[in-house]
Amino acid sequence: MSTPDTTTGHGDISTGVAGGDSNASATRITPGNALRPEDIALEVKTGLAKPTEDVAEYALRIGDDALILAQRLGHWISRAPELEEDIALGNIALDQLGHARSFLTYAGGAMTNDDGSAKSEDDLAYFRREHEFRSVQLFEQPNGDFAATIARQFVVSYYQFELYRRLTESTDATLAAIAAKAVKEVDYHRDHNAQWVLRLAGGTDESRKRMIHGLRTMWPYVAELFRDDELTQRLAEAGAAVAPSSLREDFDRLTGEVLAEAELEVPDVPAAPGGGREGRHSEHLGYLLAEMQVLAREHPGASW
Amino acid sequence: MAAQNLQSVPAEPTADQTQAQAAQQEADTAGQAHFDRVIAEDSRIEPKDWMPAAYRKTLLRQVSQHAHSEIIGMQPEANWISRAPSLKRKSILMAKVQDEAGHGLYLYSAAETLGQSRDKMMDDLIAGKARYSSIFNYPALTWADMGAIGWLVDGAAICNQVPLCRASYGPYGRAMVRICKEESFHQRQGFEILLELSNGTAAQKQMAQDAVNRWYAPALMMFGPPDDDSPNSKQSMAWNIKRFSNDELRSRFVGMMVEQVRVLGLTLPDDQVRYNEDTKKWEHGPLDWHEFQEVLAGRGPCNAQRLERRREAHDDGAWVREAAAAYAAKQVNKQKEYAA
Repeated sequence: MSTPDTTTGHGDISTGVAGGDSNASATRITPGNALRPEDIALEVKTGLAKPTEDVAEYALRIGDDALILAQRLGHWISRAPELEEDIALGNIALDQLGHARSFLTYAGGAMTNDDGSAKSEDDLAYFRREHEFRSVQLFEQPNGDFAATIARQFVVSYYQFELYRRLTESTDATLAAIAAKAVKEVDYHRDHNAQWVLRLAGGTDESRKRMIHGLRTMWPYVAELFRDDELTQRLAEAGAAVAPSSLREDFDRLTGEVLAEAELEVPDVPAAPGGGREGRHSEHLGYLLAEMQVLAREHPGASW
Repeated sequence: MAAQNLQSVPAEPTADQTQAQAAQQEADTAGQAHFDRVIAEDSRIEPKDWMPAAYRKTLLRQVSQHAHSEIIGMQPEANWISRAPSLKRKSILMAKVQDEAGHGLYLYSAAETLGQSRDKMMDDLIAGKARYSSIFNYPALTWADMGAIGWLVDGAAICNQVPLCRASYGPYGRAMVRICKEESFHQRQGFEILLELSNGTAAQKQMAQDAVNRWYAPALMMFGPPDDDSPNSKQSMAWNIKRFSNDELRSRFVGMMVEQVRVLGLTLPDDQVRYNEDTKKWEHGPLDWHEFQEVLAGRGPCNAQRLERRREAHDDGAWVREAAAAYAAKQVNKQKEYAA
């Protein structure tokens, strides 16, 4: 199993994640076909894929991260500064939503409804309450202006790239397969965001001021991404996941390169206490969920 | 530029000017002959070909209005992205609205080949000087509207647009080929939303019928005024831009909907739909053309809202576009310094 080379920053993905692709065929997915949430649902249903409770809880965490971010990014569609960005941010939102659907579907394989059926992605997305969401607080931070959105996405894409790159080697074949698909997409997100950080920092005085402000707004929530706990410790020992703290060095180095090129400093701001993995969220999540869940909850049991 | 061109009172033409005018006239005559031949052969005009000023103007108006419609048309559906009732539907809806941004981009590009910049077209839209399809001035009130818009609005758009794939202006026709392919997906997803709702709970079925009731007449009016009240149609047909008349397309569309609504288990809010054996055409009940004119004149339910939203996005994004331009200019300068 080859580990993708990430010594360079945002760059050529054709070489970067080749290892991820070959991992994908380790699951029962036809090579060349994209892994879809529907495939995972089928595997869960037929018992071909069954996450352990720990893996399910973990998949829920990173699935929630992606879901909440997709919900945030989706708001930009029809509101972006340029048509090209309506498309780009929409694409990133779609990718995140796709990852969320896969992780949540898989997580649901170890969770049951009252009638004994496995929880679906929609059971998890629409019928959990705020404190049951496991996303870290960075993902629910409001979009702010374009610079704040770019700042949030900059942190996210570098973090997710390091995470998914390592997860392609997970002993859990389904996690590895989802990550193998996701890492390729997130590599594009890194590229897109790094370019915008450079443009905004090096554009006008106004854009530079806003970029700095955006980074300062998001940076308090960076530390929480890399916090270990008992679950990640157990999973790391089993080889199913990696300790979040082990991603920090590469994250700091690669984001540092972009910030240095942009002549920006790593924001010197106190870290927020976080708590999203235990269901403690910022004030923002409640509104986001209220909007996302309203229609589904109005018609419980309906199919769409 | 020659100095005499700046004078407010034209001087007597010089010999050079007379010669240039004659040459221009000759080129125009040859251009017109070529243009007429291409149209007669039902072949294609390309951007660098000579074309009559009125042809260029008509196309520019049509293609830019079409582009604006795609962009404004993102709004009613974007309104439901955050509330889509399943993650799969959310994903499909996002992809669909994103497709529309893509259609806007191709169409602005096609329009640019006629000599106007995208910035200028966007400015005209925001200033309220340019038109877009009136259908998008109606509100998307429930989730079922995502179905009705896909099925009826995109369905009507397809009827209109498939013949445009053969439009005489090359860049427009080619853009339409790709757009029509994507639109047919959009229509099918709209149909599927309605089908699912119609087979769902009583409340869901009611929601679907209500949406069809609200979107049916506005969708029929998308084909434009009746033929005897459509002054531009004749010339557009002579130029092979338009292939079928408004009423002809409308009738064809009604015929398709009559079949499909049965499969949906819903009804059309029109008890006068019938097939006329004599004319071999589908007929429908009267449409409220006064309402059509009102919406066209800016007095529709969402005209102000749609334009304001576009204006806001444009204004809020100004600093970003300025930053990108400034950064690009700095990069060019840096490269020049390296080269020096």
